[in-house]
Amino acid sequence: MARNPVLRTFSRHIMKPLAFWLLALPGLWLAWQWTMLLTGGNHDLGFNPIETTHRFLGDTAIRILLVSLAVTPVRDITRWGPVMMIRRRIGLAAFWYALLHILAYLGLDLFLAAGMSVSGALAGLWRDVAERIYITLGMTAFVLLVPLAITSFNRMQRWLGSRRWQGLHRLVYPLAILAVLHHGFMVKGNQFGPWIHGGILALLLAYRLAGMIARARSQPSASAS
Amino acid sequence: MFIRKNRPWQSRETEITPKGLFLNRRKIIASGGALALSGLAGCEAQTSQAAQTVAAGARPTSGALSYTPTRYTVADEQTPYPAVTGYNNFYEFGVGKDDPARYSDAMTTDPWTIGVEGHADRTGVFSLEDVVDFSALEERIYRLRCVEAWSMVIPWVGVPLAQVLAAFQPTSDARYVQFETRLDRDEMRGTRFRVLDWPYVEGLRMDEAMNELAFLAVGLYGEVLPNQNGAPVRLVVPWKYGYKSIKSIVKIRFVSEQPETSWNRSAPHEYGFYSNVNPNRAHPRWSQASERVIGGNVFARRDTEMFNGYAEQVAHMYAGMDLIENH
Repeated sequence: MARNPVLRTFSRHIMKPLAFWLLALPGLWLAWQWTMLLTGGNHDLGFNPIETTHRFLGDTAIRILLVSLAVTPVRDITRWGPVMMIRRRIGLAAFWYALLHILAYLGLDLFLAAGMSVSGALAGLWRDVAERIYITLGMTAFVLLVPLAITSFNRMQRWLGSRRWQGLHRLVYPLAILAVLHHGFMVKGNQFGPWIHGGILALLLAYRLAGMIARARSQPSASAS
Repeated sequence: MFIRKNRPWQSRETEITPKGLFLNRRKIIASGGALALSGLAGCEAQTSQAAQTVAAGARPTSGALSYTPTRYTVADEQTPYPAVTGYNNFYEFGVGKDDPARYSDAMTTDPWTIGVEGHADRTGVFSLEDVVDFSALEERIYRLRCVEAWSMVIPWVGVPLAQVLAAFQPTSDARYVQFETRLDRDEMRGTRFRVLDWPYVEGLRMDEAMNELAFLAVGLYGEVLPNQNGAPVRLVVPWKYGYKSIKSIVKIRFVSEQPETSWNRSAPHEYGFYSNVNPNRAHPRWSQASERVIGGNVFARRDTEMFNGYAEQVAHMYAGMDLIENH
């Protein structure tokens, strides 16, 4: 893909750093807001900064996940291959925001609610996962995301072999559905946000489904890859 | 030990001249001689006289209200005004916490009428001035516990609900009372999306409505209620989750059967009719054992109390009831 030296230079020195900083931007913004809050300055976290933090990290993780799922369709439609070079970066960013989302929930909710006890927080986590459907869904989505993050590196890809690697990384589809359901089951009443995320996800999944059907038709003997 | 710490914006108790007295300062100066002789008793007389300066049948639509303080207060620090008026659930203006403050200015609150229907001798359409006696307002500092596990302490200004309801002379068939929020798709942009089955409705059992704590607020922090807090008139039932305290009321119905309530209709297993604050009954999706305190230290939490700390005044109404079943 990056055999062309111009493209390799462009990718390494422009596209990848640009993607990195764009993906880091929400996190940097949040870190800055918390710095302002804790030093008594003006901040945009509102009157319930912990709630704002949960929503912000969760929304960011889901949105970046959706963007990562849009990379392949964008490549197919624009026929501009280099966009694939930042796909891993985008997927990993979704993982980091999901991890921060869970750490914030552990630290700012469970740990504080348990009177600053780590064992109390873990007991609370287990109780939440067992009893609260939206947390069960969200946690499952995250657990499925972890092996994808771990196997995202070149060495792991080679070790697994591309077929197994691709098979494993198809987990992104069910986990994206779980993440959107987690959001939908969390909000009160019938709210707009989860429907928007769900609608975009449905389009992206429909694109894969269309591809599978098309491939199955063009080569009836071979199984769709 | 509870140590009260005033924040810079707070000028509490001793510093504040009772609003009635302040508004009436010219009269007090004029009658200074008599006042000097009568001392404290004179002050009280002046205060009650001040309350009469607002003529019956009139109501201020902005700014300060005259009211008298009451014994209904709590020791905890009051939630700062910007938080009380900037962090709201009023889905008719959007589901974001800052949506109500941003968009509720579009709502017309003057004139305001309330339709009274059902089992009562006096029914019909009344203007708000005829429902709430603006010359007899009082202040009550109540806790507010949202079902989303956060809480505030708010100084409301208004009148006891019992007093208002009694004036309509409900009959013995009136076993429940239902309230309804205004619905105007042009002025309330959040209602264009069906988050809930609009209009918003809430209800109380008659004895709950007549309880001494049930309050009809027309102001907070001594001033006319901002639109985002449910102007011009809202319910305040501090022992129940916040959503029971219905905002911007346009209808009061005296009914014989337990009335429908919006959140119960939306998710019956999550929101019951009673919705009493109960740390032992978890919301299916989150614990209700403790709550985030809004407006102070960002990490502040407190343990949630049964009936939000008002068991003494309300627990007797639920004697013998299974409060997990009847959540």
